[in-house]
Amino acid sequence: MPFINLPLREITCKIVYYGPGLCGKTTNLQYIYAKTNPEARGNMIALATETDRTLFFDFLPLGLGEIRGFKTRFHLYSVPGQVFYDASRKLILRGVDGVVFVADSHPDRLDANLESLENLRTNLAEHGYDLDTIPFVIQYNKRDLPNAVPMEELSRLLNPRKVPEFGAVAVTGEGVFETLKAIAKLVLQKVKSG
Amino acid sequence: MIQQMVIHEEDYRRITAVCDRLTRDANAKAVFLVDKNGQLIAASGATENIDTTSLASLTAGNIAATGGLAKLLGEREFSILFHEGEKDNLHISIVAQKVILVVIFDSRSSLGLVRLRVKKASEELGGVILDVQRRGETMGVQSPFAEITDEDIDNLFN
Repeated sequence: MPFINLPLREITCKIVYYGPGLCGKTTNLQYIYAKTNPEARGNMIALATETDRTLFFDFLPLGLGEIRGFKTRFHLYSVPGQVFYDASRKLILRGVDGVVFVADSHPDRLDANLESLENLRTNLAEHGYDLDTIPFVIQYNKRDLPNAVPMEELSRLLNPRKVPEFGAVAVTGEGVFETLKAIAKLVLQKVKSG
Repeated sequence: MIQQMVIHEEDYRRITAVCDRLTRDANAKAVFLVDKNGQLIAASGATENIDTTSLASLTAGNIAATGGLAKLLGEREFSILFHEGEKDNLHISIVAQKVILVVIFDSRSSLGLVRLRVKKASEELGGVILDVQRRGETMGVQSPFAEITDEDIDNLFN
C-alpha cells in the first residue's frame, strides 16, 4: 500500500526481498547501501543473529529522486530465509507494494527455491495479495558458481508468469541495481494505474 | 489490488496539532505517528537527533511481532507496549487498529501521565484516521500519480 503524503509531497513504497536461506537477499541490500550516495539513503538496519543470519528483517530506506515534484522513496526489506522463521517472514509482507524473489543458482538449492516461492504465494495470500498480479521480479543469484543451474531451467521452474528476470552475482553487484530498477518501475506503474 | 493511503493537508494539520499538544501535555521529548507498514506519518518535539525513518520501521516491526504473539495467545492485539530505559522510555500504542502512536519521555514525565494524555490524544487521532479511511472508501483515492507518464518513471533512473 503506497503511502502518499500530499503536504510533504512524498510517496513511499515498500519492496520486499524474498527467497530461501543464504540466497543473497541481505547481500543485495548491503550492495545497494554501499553503492548509493549517502544523501539518497538512510541507515541500514539489520536485525540478525550473532552469526549474521537475518532474524527478523533488514531495512534500507532509499530516495530515488522526484517525479513531478513528488519525492519518491522506497523502503527495502529482506525477510529471514530460514524455514522456521515463517511467522516473522509473514509479518514483513504486510503492506508490500512489490516483491523481488532472489533464487539461489546452486543445483542443491532447487527444492529450497521452489519451497520458498510457494511459501511466498501462501504468505502473500494471507495478506490478501496475489503473486500473479503483484509487481514481481525474479533474480537468479550466484551466477558465478561453476555448477550454476542454467538460467533457462531456473526460469522454466520458477517463472511461468514470465515476469522480469535477472542473473546476478550480488556480492560483486552484478544484476543488483538492474533488479531494483525493474521492481521500482513496476511498482510506480501500478501506483500510476491506481 | 493495491490500496493507497493518502494524507491530505487538512488531515496532516489535524494530526500534527494533536501530536504537538500531546508532546506538551505529557511532558514528552517526542511523539511520532507511524502507520502499521512502517511509514512515518507525523513527528513532534525533539526529533532532530533521532533517525525517524528507522524508528518508524522498527516500531512497526515491534507491533507486528507483538501482534503475532497476541494471536498465538488468542488475543486480538496487545494495544500498548512500554519499554523502560535508563534515561528514556518508550510508550507505544495502537490507534484505531490502524496506526501506531509512539511517545518518548524521560524522568520529567511519568508513565501515568503519558498513559492519561495518550488516551485522550488517541481518541482524536482515531477520528482523523477514520476520516481518512472513510474518504478513501466513499470517494475512492485520486492518486496524484495518475497523470505521470512512463517517461517520468524512466527519467527517475537516468
